[in-house]
Amino acid sequence: MTKKLELICPAGTPAALHAAISAGADVVYCGFRDETNARNFPGLNFSRDELKQSLAYAHSNNVEIYLAINTFPQAGKCHIWQMAVDDAAAIGVDAVILADIGLLDYATRKYPKLRRHLSVQASASNPQAINFYVQAFDVKRVVLPRVLTIPEIAALNKQINVETEVFVFGGLCVMAEGRCALSSYATGQSPNINGVCSPASHVFYQDEDDKLVSRLGEFTINAFEMGEKAGYPTLCKGRFKTDDKISYLFEEPVSLNAVSMLPELMAAGVCALKIEGRQRGKAYIAQVVSNFRKAVDAVNNGQPIPPLDLDHITEGGNKTAGAYEKTWR
Amino acid sequence: MTSLEISIKKPAAGHITLGPCLFNWPADYWRDFYFKMADIDAIDRIYLGEVVCSKRMPFYQSVLPDVVERLQSSGKEIILSSLGLIMNKREMTMVEELAENDDFMVEANDVSTMSLLKNRPHMIGPYVNIYNEATLDYMAKNGAISASLPVELSFQSIKILAVNKNIDLEVQVFGRLPLALSARCYHARHHGLSKDNCKFVCEKDYDGMDLSTLDDQKFLTINGIQTMSYTYVNLLGELDLLRQAGVNHYRLSPHSCDMAAVAMAFRDMLDGKIDLKQGYAILKNQINDIPFSNGYFYNIEGVKAHDALNLL
Repeated sequence: MTKKLELICPAGTPAALHAAISAGADVVYCGFRDETNARNFPGLNFSRDELKQSLAYAHSNNVEIYLAINTFPQAGKCHIWQMAVDDAAAIGVDAVILADIGLLDYATRKYPKLRRHLSVQASASNPQAINFYVQAFDVKRVVLPRVLTIPEIAALNKQINVETEVFVFGGLCVMAEGRCALSSYATGQSPNINGVCSPASHVFYQDEDDKLVSRLGEFTINAFEMGEKAGYPTLCKGRFKTDDKISYLFEEPVSLNAVSMLPELMAAGVCALKIEGRQRGKAYIAQVVSNFRKAVDAVNNGQPIPPLDLDHITEGGNKTAGAYEKTWR
Repeated sequence: MTSLEISIKKPAAGHITLGPCLFNWPADYWRDFYFKMADIDAIDRIYLGEVVCSKRMPFYQSVLPDVVERLQSSGKEIILSSLGLIMNKREMTMVEELAENDDFMVEANDVSTMSLLKNRPHMIGPYVNIYNEATLDYMAKNGAISASLPVELSFQSIKILAVNKNIDLEVQVFGRLPLALSARCYHARHHGLSKDNCKFVCEKDYDGMDLSTLDDQKFLTINGIQTMSYTYVNLLGELDLLRQAGVNHYRLSPHSCDMAAVAMAFRDMLDGKIDLKQGYAILKNQINDIPFSNGYFYNIEGVKAHDALNLL
């Protein structure tokens, strides 16, 4: 019998964590309030005390908590990331999600019993890379990069002996995660080092000739006509010119929604489904998680996915199945 | 060969390396480029092989043996570089075959390749994340003898990594910066094609395809599945700092400009034969209106020109 799919939900605040648990999360993932995680946004994430209290609340509801420590420690500052692992172990989280080889090595040596997952930021996209992390650091689960099609995921799962988790909803990186320096090229701040991409501190909006222009650092990322819905200027979702042709060359301002593919992902051997969005408010979390709960329950019971209410909350109102479909490439 | 000749050919004051060609050059052009580089004494080490797209490899496979022979006969150290993003069995097999070769050192650009090379001397390329001393130390214990560092590292970080004397460090000092890799091919997408049926349209752009903002500011460069900077990094003025920190290998990334002149400018700068102003003038002549950048080195936006470069 195929194992049941687990639903992994984001929380950037204790309130969002409560919302996710009420809406039916199996697991909530979060991060400490510093540069050790890939959603290092102002006003977001958990203090040590908040995490401790949240963990007690989650466990009393039979929900687990994973802690993302998934940026790459800066040279000379490894102790900050190591302390995050120390505290995660002391608080007793159910797993840590790590990306950096040095930090994985530290966690493996110091806390062999602390369950380790490989972050999507490690960009392990093939069996050889995944097996390396399994053998060297005994990782129990790998979050797959958003570059693989479903047949490729199925083929991969046959060649590895470790749980796999995939993103099914929310923001979509179009570049291989953990290997993208576009944000730091334009703003000096990167996902790998600072835990931010296209940071709000570098975003500007300006009215120019009946258009609303969005900028990131010194660069225009998009321009919207009156009445056109203006999105956040995430660098890879911008409108650019190549050979005088204007297009969303990297990706349209869309978000990932793979809900219709859950049966195929299950058949491909995936064991956990992840929702992106630790930066989102509790109302958003409640809505997405409750809808996915219904879908996952249906799939786990071999039933068709019921009608869901997700369309109007995707970015720019548009959704994509991303790399899961080969035509995306 | 006398010891004096050796010391002239391989000066102790740092080594100029030529990174793998990241663009899809026609086979003849590719071969002629390396034949020319074989004769440039300023270059000590040359990386060959496909890093960006596995579909490009067959084009220059036929001329590869000639190039290897020519480079070997002129005394160049040859390193085989490898794919950055490995997504299917065919690509994995390519890398496995590369890792099994006994003739050349291999540069790993993915963790998978690094693991295949474990316990054998090998090199780590800039597509493998090394941000801190703990990770670098792990790589060294795994058998890496050299690491070419990720592009977004600042000098502050590079200095700390250079404390580890068990592994040589290499830093890209010239050329467009490799910023991102994707499963999606943007060259194909620009031409309305899919990656699987791309018709190799990237072959038309010897230094990649310019990407501009809506207000016509040049921003990035498209190279198939790779996104690069529009600016060329230029660390000619930072060579001394790198050398003092113990970084001894300086990577030039191949472009269609006169790479011989570029290599000689860096060599002459290292040897104190030209000053920074002269060096900048030589490099500026090679790429005309395209701006230089060195922001990452100074822990600011990668696109920016800082310090003396700012005056250009």
